[in-house]
Amino acid sequence: MDEINPSARSQQPKHTLSRLPLESAVVRFAGDSGDGIQLIGNRFAIETAQSGNDLATFPDFPAEIRAPVGTTFGVSAFQINFGARLIKTSGDAPDVLVALNPAALKVELPNLKRGGTVIVDTGSFSERNVRKAGYAANPLTDGSLADVRMITIDISRLTLESVKPFGLSQHDALRCKNMWVLGLVYWMYGRERQSTTAWLGKRFASDPLVAEANIAALNAGHAYGETSELAGAMTGFSVAPAPLPPGTYRSVTGAEALAWGLVVGTHLAGLKLFFASYPITPASPVLHLLARQTELGVTTLQAEDEIAAVCAAIGASFAGALGVTSSSGPGMALKSEAISLAVAAELPLVILNTQRAGPSTGLPTKTEQSDLNQALYGRHGEAPLVVLAASSPADCFDVAIEAIRLAVRAMTPVIVLSDGYIGNATQAWRFPAVADLDAFPVRHEVNPEGFSPYRRDPETLSRPWAVPGTPGLAHRIGGIERDYETGNISYSPENHQRMTDVRAEKIARIAQAIPDQTVTLGPNNGRLALVGWGSTFGPINRAVGLALDRGDAVSHIHLRYLSPLPANLGELLAGFERVLVVEGNNGQLRALLRSQYLLDAEGLNKMTGRPFTIEEVERAIRDRL
Amino acid sequence: MTAVTPQVAFVPKDFASDQEVRWCPGCGDYAILKATQKALADVGATPDSTVFVSGIGCSSRFPYYLATYGFHTIHGRAPAVATGVKLARPDLDVWIATGDGDGLSIGGNHLLHVLRRNVDLQILLFNNEIYGLTKGQYSPTSHRGTHSPSSPRGTQEEPVSPAQFALGAGGRFVARAIDTQQKPLVEILKAAHAHRGASFIEIFQNCVVYNDNAFATFTERAVAAEMQLWVAHGKPLLFANGARGLRLKPGTLTLEAVTIGEAGITAEDILVHDQTSKPLALMLAALEPPAMPVALGVLYCNPTACLPMAPAEGAIVLPALPQRIDAALRLGDTWTIEPRAGG
Repeated sequence: MDEINPSARSQQPKHTLSRLPLESAVVRFAGDSGDGIQLIGNRFAIETAQSGNDLATFPDFPAEIRAPVGTTFGVSAFQINFGARLIKTSGDAPDVLVALNPAALKVELPNLKRGGTVIVDTGSFSERNVRKAGYAANPLTDGSLADVRMITIDISRLTLESVKPFGLSQHDALRCKNMWVLGLVYWMYGRERQSTTAWLGKRFASDPLVAEANIAALNAGHAYGETSELAGAMTGFSVAPAPLPPGTYRSVTGAEALAWGLVVGTHLAGLKLFFASYPITPASPVLHLLARQTELGVTTLQAEDEIAAVCAAIGASFAGALGVTSSSGPGMALKSEAISLAVAAELPLVILNTQRAGPSTGLPTKTEQSDLNQALYGRHGEAPLVVLAASSPADCFDVAIEAIRLAVRAMTPVIVLSDGYIGNATQAWRFPAVADLDAFPVRHEVNPEGFSPYRRDPETLSRPWAVPGTPGLAHRIGGIERDYETGNISYSPENHQRMTDVRAEKIARIAQAIPDQTVTLGPNNGRLALVGWGSTFGPINRAVGLALDRGDAVSHIHLRYLSPLPANLGELLAGFERVLVVEGNNGQLRALLRSQYLLDAEGLNKMTGRPFTIEEVERAIRDRL
Repeated sequence: MTAVTPQVAFVPKDFASDQEVRWCPGCGDYAILKATQKALADVGATPDSTVFVSGIGCSSRFPYYLATYGFHTIHGRAPAVATGVKLARPDLDVWIATGDGDGLSIGGNHLLHVLRRNVDLQILLFNNEIYGLTKGQYSPTSHRGTHSPSSPRGTQEEPVSPAQFALGAGGRFVARAIDTQQKPLVEILKAAHAHRGASFIEIFQNCVVYNDNAFATFTERAVAAEMQLWVAHGKPLLFANGARGLRLKPGTLTLEAVTIGEAGITAEDILVHDQTSKPLALMLAALEPPAMPVALGVLYCNPTACLPMAPAEGAIVLPALPQRIDAALRLGDTWTIEPRAGG
């Protein structure tokens, strides 16, 4: 049957009418958590990236694995912002909302941009589904959507028609609905289908009939767009390639970038990577990726609990590997005692915290930046360590490598803060060749002459890393305070003072090994600086960029290093009349800056489980200028 | 001429560190330390490739007194730390020193999982049925009714049996020994070392200060023969100098202590120890005075696959080749942005 033959279809001329050029667009796919929303979102992202746009995505899914079908709390969404310019966030309000059921419309419509377009599957608006979503009457027919640009299509019926020749069950046939709508959105933005077609073939290799049905649905959705364009019912858009630096790219989530950063960083250090973790949302994807890298020399352990995970990592570091553990806020609390042991024993250790909304279970799949205080202070005793934060999915790669560099430089634990937003979000990533990165080979101690496990490097104050199995260096370490010179147990009051001081000084001296703080965007001094850390980078940067375009005097200062703070930070901040700290908590960095620099910093804070929007930051700028 | 490195044989004192031992005078830990140093020498261990990991408590001071590598960690977590050491460096010989509080109370979960995973290391659990370092509170192995600062009217809790716990957790080598009985203790330590997988040894250890004579019912010289049943694979389960033994009580699945020559019992009726039988090991571990003797020795030894999976090969696995990492990064969808015309 020719009309459903994919190869015949894709050979037809693609664009018959001219497309409306856009600088950028935000599209949000939403449907039931079983509708395959994340899947089509990711496919759309890949095709968009391959067409040369810059992009950022934001998957937004419920905590329940399979919430009851058709309910509002079972709505899964995926947002993508893409453009001909550089993209800093996953976008505020969507220009186009795809709602595959009434619940998705109910949940997502309030976020639609004014004048935005909604594509709905009328076939899913049965009386039952409408009621389940909490509508008193069908919103498509009761006139309540009069102000919204609606594109109403019976996607369910058209999908069933398009896959009819394959003889699938009604249930399986309807599952191709996501591909039909993906085809339509591909047409809207002039996307190619070849790589998705190939991908479907691979994904359903064991069931070619299902693969063909999905491809047929994809093509049918695309063809529907072409036809309705000819009929004047829909407009196609074009988004030109963005001015991205040349190179090889892939899309990457923050979790993946952390994992790759650990693999590459341990290679640059010449160490074996030992990763121990206990499953927790939203941190687990790091474990999943690393568990597949045994051929790259990675050892992973799914530990019995959070405490065992950090303790096994500490044991591995004692044995000369780089121990890494990973969790989210509640798990970090459990690891706290062991992290203090690593501070006391002075062993390198990297601890990843993919933050989520707390306290306690909180909102496990939603994002927050509320574990900064926990990272800085959440230990017993005077236990200073290094805290870094990643600003974007791709930045997770660089920050993971930096964490390893600092951990082995100073024989110290390093906490890396990511969050649920950048952990799950994707970004186009120009990944490096390993050979192009600077190595920082670690030297394990081998010389028994004059050896003491706590003899310090005069510059870094780091102790030697003498690994079990090394001849002549057998020694004992532990949590009990140890003598400054010999490392043997010491209860001396003067020695405890001296050791407390040197542990603090060792971390303070890391400020000499990190770059000075620079202004990310805008003038180096002036009326207003917006200070952020972590995933607020995108919205702050875009909002400041827009304000600068308007001629406002505003700057963006983004912190990667939170402990120790960059040596020049106080001086830099003093050059601004006002400092506004933007963070997804109740003012944790702000309190730190106020106490460190006696600075009258203000706060812009948000605790909704969602990232800041650009508009929210812009408004805060306007209010202050 | 090829230089020949002489084979250095270490003697027990080579395993003694230069640190002053700080246990109470008369503590059973001294005897365990001595036996361990002898066992290490006997099995040909080298101080440089041996690691002792401990948690918190009197027993966990153990690593400080051995001239090996040592890590005195935090309460209850030694099995987790030791697992990391062994998985990172399979070539190292790893030992855990723990106690009844450290291993079965705060660290019970880790002990369960190190046994279940069958990590190739040795676990010495010093059982003195009391918290010593915190000054005498009852422990999870204290018998019901134990009077202590935290149980002034006697405990209302049933104790856990370390050996039964280890068997239940899937331990493949479970043994029992007594601190002061050096000869069998050394032999059991050596057998534990020879076993591939997690080896668990419950050592009855007398705390002279807070729980003196806790095990007198079977360790006192006067009752030792009657109350100690030393098991040996393939040998009949005899005690009381061979006068008594164990048999299956006819018609039941319980062990019965019988006297040879009484009521028609002959040597043929006595069960022969099979250290690969888990049901038998569980029954032996459950024997309690005064009705029954305490089963000592290797109750269970039945090796199976263990962690780390690969046999130890020298030191750290070579770092991944950069080319292999590059290839891994390129897996999946990638695309290239070409330089723009004119710059």
